Amino acid sequence: MTVRYDDIHVGDRMPEWSRRTSFAEWNRYAAVNDEFVPFHMDDEAGRRAGNEAGAFGMGNLRYAYIVNALHDWIGDAGPVREVGCQYRAINQKEDTLTVVGEVTEKAVEDGEQRVRLSVNVVNQDGLATCPGHAVIVLP
Amino acid sequence: MTDSDLTYVTPEMHAAQGRWNDARTAPPITGTDIKRWAMATFYPEKPPRIFWDVEYAATTQWGGIVAPPDFNPFAWPLERPKPAAPGLMGARPDGKAMTGMNGGQTDTYGVRMRPGDVVSERRRLVDWWEREGRLGHTLYVRNEIEWRNQDAELVRTRLSIGIRY
Repeated sequence: MTVRYDDIHVGDRMPEWSRRTSFAEWNRYAAVNDEFVPFHMDDEAGRRAGNEAGAFGMGNLRYAYIVNALHDWIGDAGPVREVGCQYRAINQKEDTLTVVGEVTEKAVEDGEQRVRLSVNVVNQDGLATCPGHAVIVLP
Repeated sequence: MTDSDLTYVTPEMHAAQGRWNDARTAPPITGTDIKRWAMATFYPEKPPRIFWDVEYAATTQWGGIVAPPDFNPFAWPLERPKPAAPGLMGARPDGKAMTGMNGGQTDTYGVRMRPGDVVSERRRLVDWWEREGRLGHTLYVRNEIEWRNQDAELVRTRLSIGIRY
């Protein structure tokens, strides 16, 4: 079902999108992004980088999850115009990460019907790891 | 040296600030690159068909396969790129190796990337700041990275924040 601009209102929440993350997810991302950083692969390197629990996940993978959550919501029709986020907390092994988002603004700009959202990636303890925003274009 | 004198900023960073570096160009994007990227980032679910099903993609507004917005055509270079921010310290004044981490980014997207596209990149050091954080004295460095395709169309502009401590 196509998500349409006229059907979206400020305060609406996008569907939640979740993945459990550990080496299976991180290693696949490392493989496509050539991101073989020791602290993402090795517990001792993770501890040397300051994370007592050991290896930890890539910020870029959480960014990908935000992009993917937007795609699974709006489908192929609506391009994503902007995504930004800050990595505020660590993605530990076995975390279940959930992308959440809420519509904050609607506007027609440059001939496009744009919807702005606040987004975040929340772990299983409710910790917001990745505050950010997104702008999508809807038909 | 007192704590207030501590800085990880180098003269080379001041010299590089605001100056676009030489552009580099990625190899042509293939459909397999796009499919594998989507399979990795949607794992363990199957990725959307727009990223791998040629016949389906032809029926969409894009007229063919497109890449996920966050797709990186510069992965797996034969030649490693120059450092993102020239002149970054490799070691702290106390001799310990510095750790670099990704602090976040804001991407603005233009045209989609497609199989066959050749994307070129240029980047520049925008600014930086330092503060005492959970991991001690920490340097935040902001870079701007611009991607254009073979027709000089803007694909993506990224403002990226790197953390070093």
